[in-house]
Amino acid sequence: MTILISKLPLSDWVNSFVTWLTQFTGFFNGITSFIGGIVNGFQWVFDLLPVWLFIVIVLAITWYATRHGKKWGLLLFELAGLLLIWNLDYWRDMTQTLTLVLTSSLIALVIGIPLGILMAKSHTFEAIMKPILDLMQTMPAFVYLIPAVAFFGIGMVPGVISSVIFAMPPTVRMTNLGIRQVPVDLIEAADSYGSTSWQKLIKVQLPLAKSTLMAGVNQSMMLSLSMVVIASMIGALGLGTQVYFAVGRNNAGNGFTAGLAIVILAIILDRITQAFNRAKH
Amino acid sequence: MTKKVEVKNLTKIFGKRSPRVKELITQGKTKAEILEQTGATVGVNQANFHVNQGEIFVIMGLSGSGKSTLIRMINRLIEPTQGTISIDGQDLMTLNKKELREVRRQKMSMIFQNFALFPNRTILENTAYGLEIKGVEKNVREQKAHEALELVGLHGYDHQFPQQLSGGMQQRVGLARGLANDAEILLMDEAFSALDPLNRKDMQDELLDLQEKMHKTIIFISHDLNEALRIGDRILIMKDGVIVQTGTPEDILTHPADDYVKRFIEDVDRTRVLTVANVMIRPNTINIDKDGPRLALRRMQENEISSVYVVDSARKFVGFADAKDVVGLIRKESRDLRSVVQTSVPTTHPDVPVNDLMDKLSSTPIPYAVLDDDHHLVGIIVRGAVLGAIAGNGVAQE
Repeated sequence: MTILISKLPLSDWVNSFVTWLTQFTGFFNGITSFIGGIVNGFQWVFDLLPVWLFIVIVLAITWYATRHGKKWGLLLFELAGLLLIWNLDYWRDMTQTLTLVLTSSLIALVIGIPLGILMAKSHTFEAIMKPILDLMQTMPAFVYLIPAVAFFGIGMVPGVISSVIFAMPPTVRMTNLGIRQVPVDLIEAADSYGSTSWQKLIKVQLPLAKSTLMAGVNQSMMLSLSMVVIASMIGALGLGTQVYFAVGRNNAGNGFTAGLAIVILAIILDRITQAFNRAKH
Repeated sequence: MTKKVEVKNLTKIFGKRSPRVKELITQGKTKAEILEQTGATVGVNQANFHVNQGEIFVIMGLSGSGKSTLIRMINRLIEPTQGTISIDGQDLMTLNKKELREVRRQKMSMIFQNFALFPNRTILENTAYGLEIKGVEKNVREQKAHEALELVGLHGYDHQFPQQLSGGMQQRVGLARGLANDAEILLMDEAFSALDPLNRKDMQDELLDLQEKMHKTIIFISHDLNEALRIGDRILIMKDGVIVQTGTPEDILTHPADDYVKRFIEDVDRTRVLTVANVMIRPNTINIDKDGPRLALRRMQENEISSVYVVDSARKFVGFADAKDVVGLIRKESRDLRSVVQTSVPTTHPDVPVNDLMDKLSSTPIPYAVLDDDHHLVGIIVRGAVLGAIAGNGVAQE
């Protein structure tokens, strides 16, 4: 009956666990400088590019990705959208947001795909991962900010980390799904000719899972975009910061324009990754 | 003949693997009884057979008879519950993963019902797959793959993708993939079942032609008895996981082991399997070296026919004599039988399938003479006997 009387000290346990973790400062500093390096790398490139060249590059990538079915509307939209962002003076914010999204998507990809592969290969691992992925996706994203600050301070890096945690599950799930969907007879064919597990993975399973896997990557990217406003609360710079400020100052106009810039960026990223996915077949 | 593959006591149980199931199996219970008592499904029940080097061995059965499970146990795509498989005397069950992989790479190639081509690879890359994973250099493997594709009659499709090809062509690629690997054993799992009848027949012919040159050991799964009889050197018939009969096509047709096999062969198109030797009858002959026209005429009268076949003292075939000509000869008081013997008689060989003769048989007025390799007259073919054999009456006469 004590369960009704006294509250379980669950939050105390989490707190002491977090405190216990903070002693590994060396480890967290290492991660911070590593991710910080990637962020600075992207930002350095984006700052170096003149606006017109950046726009040309985006259009060129889209041109290449849609080569099997030109979409003039998309090119036109990208040109107009990017010019609008420039005109509204959100250019640097946009590149900062892009940096955050690209870095966290990249990390989600690098960690998520191997996890998805392991899930596809082992039923036990799949059974363990499924509830963890559910937790990662449904836990309110704000919650990740608290320990992220404790471990990684404020700035872009904790923003990237919390985005990765929130955005990674679709990549893991879709990798798992894509590999499990490969037809049995193709697996039998690969096995019957004496493929090793690695050969089967590289030559058969991953290539055939690719479009499903890419759909997961695309979703991860969109989810990490949805994290930019939240991440701005712990000092991740970008369009999110502008939205956050607008909320603070009760400025609906600025909130809308910054939000619009996020939407434009989201549409561009989504259409380009989708076009790449389609282009291969 | 050397045994290439030998299977002993091979059993596969799906589901529960209690010792009780094994016990019931050794007691000789059937699949249905075991399922009822334990809930376990018996895929293959104590299979024993061997496959000789260089033969086409067909495993025949309806769906659910365990034939697909059986072929997959031969390369251990499905792990047997008990029993042994040996290839060239080497027991596959004792091999570890790496050794098994090596056997799969070197000794066996599998060809699948639905082709199982990799959609992301070109025809050439598909064909070269086995070589690629063995680590064969790119130039060499592509050369070999190209040759294998030529061998199965696919020219100029090297850089296309599987979905651009028709079913028949895709299965040629499947076959080429098996051949490019240079394996001695081909495992063909209902390889032609997904093809339309014309394509299927083409592929069967092609396989027989290739086999003539390559002398592979082929284990072929089929649910079509006509196909089995057509290409198989020996046939194994399965029912409910149990082997019902193993034998040559003729064995199976002439001495079916039980009612199940009998029911199977009732539908067979017999012309495909019956050879001339099965339907020929003993002719009446006269010896041209010692018999005269009067004897010839008597033979015809005895048998109520209007002609007689003529051989020499060594029983070598000479021709045939018509009653009218022989009567003419007797009227002229001549004994020179040779002058009226007609030599332009249609001839054939005992091993020729009856199917090949059917058309000609109906258009020729003279019965075919069946000659063996030494040109001896061993029999003749009359239409009535052929029809009897096709109807299933004449086969058992020999």
